[in-house]
Amino acid sequence: MGYHLNFNLIWRHFDKLWQGLVLSLELAVVSILIGAAIGLLLAVWYVSAGKVVRAAISAYVEFIRNVPLILLVYIVFYGIPTVVDFAYSPTASFIGTLSLYSGAYLVEVFRSGLEAVPRGQLDAGKAIGLTPWQRLLYVRLPTMTRITLPALSNTFISLFKDTSVASVIAVPELTYGAQWINFNTFRIVEVYIVTTIMYLVTGYGILFGLRQVERRFKVER
Amino acid sequence: MNANQQPLLKIDDLRKSFGQANILKGIDMAVNKGEAVAIIGPSGSGKTTLLRCVNFLETYEEGSIRIDGQEVGYRDGGNRQRRGETDLARMRAETGMVFQSFNLFPHLTAAENVMLGLTKVRRKPKQEAREIAEHWLKRVGLDHRIDNLPSELSGGQQQRVGIARAVAMEPKILLLDEITSALDPELVNEVLDVVRQLAEEGMTMLMVTHEIAFARDASHRIVFMDDGKVAAEGPPKELMAQAGSNQRLDAFLSRFRTSHLH
Repeated sequence: MGYHLNFNLIWRHFDKLWQGLVLSLELAVVSILIGAAIGLLLAVWYVSAGKVVRAAISAYVEFIRNVPLILLVYIVFYGIPTVVDFAYSPTASFIGTLSLYSGAYLVEVFRSGLEAVPRGQLDAGKAIGLTPWQRLLYVRLPTMTRITLPALSNTFISLFKDTSVASVIAVPELTYGAQWINFNTFRIVEVYIVTTIMYLVTGYGILFGLRQVERRFKVER
Repeated sequence: MNANQQPLLKIDDLRKSFGQANILKGIDMAVNKGEAVAIIGPSGSGKTTLLRCVNFLETYEEGSIRIDGQEVGYRDGGNRQRRGETDLARMRAETGMVFQSFNLFPHLTAAENVMLGLTKVRRKPKQEAREIAEHWLKRVGLDHRIDNLPSELSGGQQQRVGIARAVAMEPKILLLDEITSALDPELVNEVLDVVRQLAEEGMTMLMVTHEIAFARDASHRIVFMDDGKVAAEGPPKELMAQAGSNQRLDAFLSRFRTSHLH
């Protein structure tokens, strides 16, 4: 073997990776929060709306689901500022993109969750005199949350990995940090070994944490 | 019963269909205040649909349902204009309902299930609602289960929470929809005992049941429904006596003579 592993240069620049990881997590958390707000709003709207609104929401969902994320990132970061005279930082632009992206997936998650709330529970809510909003707030949403928690966890893990796409517009997240070290030290194998382990450990940690949360909220239907 | 007293619940020529299927074909019925009325009949005869129309969980197309003189579901005045959602909610709060499949809110404890309507609909302070909930849960024999989730309760216990949830709202009339059908046989009596007691205390009740013995013992009047119509009615003893002259009723009751009534 002609290649000798040497991690020294990696450790010297480890702060690039560490700060990148922190930013990746921040991007994922902020995006899923905004995305969940978008998704919930549209899902609630969808289940109570007429044909036109439903078609519009479906169009949004299908558009996002059928266009590669990286292309969406380019469209939002380069395309929109070109057409309208407007500029934003790569990070802000990427958060916007990832929020719209996760929002589209979460519309589907929340919509099926809302529809999975047993009809009997809604009848019971009606029977004690709750108004439609109260039924949504006190009956439908709590049960929906429990039903959708596993799907939410999975979406979050995916989003965390998807933050690596931000490297293409120079957002200094984990993958970008890895590339930076690679370009400056040429320790390509070492840097990607360390980066992969960092994604793996963090992703697995998140999964483990979220499964605990799910167990805590698990309720028989 | 005072002759010129208005019945609490008055149903006139009620008709209801799902698509092509006519489920209710002109029902007339009246329930007086303090009266417990049992509805019996073969499955598919429209019993449950009738009950669900009374609190407008099902809409109806023709005829009228009045509680205390107020039209259920539609604005008074007979122009078939559906009431607004807030108005519907307000009216539904006046009728309690207990369901065959309990339908407790799974994320709320027994007490919280009872409290939800008290705090959000009746606007009672939390402390007072809690006291009312505890009172009713004790009444149905669940002193030791007040803070348990539905998933931690047996079917019979869940159904008793369901009854407490409905009764705590102090409804004008209580609707019971085959409330023991989903229970194991050994859990049926603990639920029926609670209902029997409520009937004795003068709670106005309309109950759909398959427990003929219970209907006979606990109700003032039995209505026999068949094919979307009231086929016979009367006080339990009178109704049972009609069986000889009413073939459908006789056929229906004979199934129970061999099993339940011995």
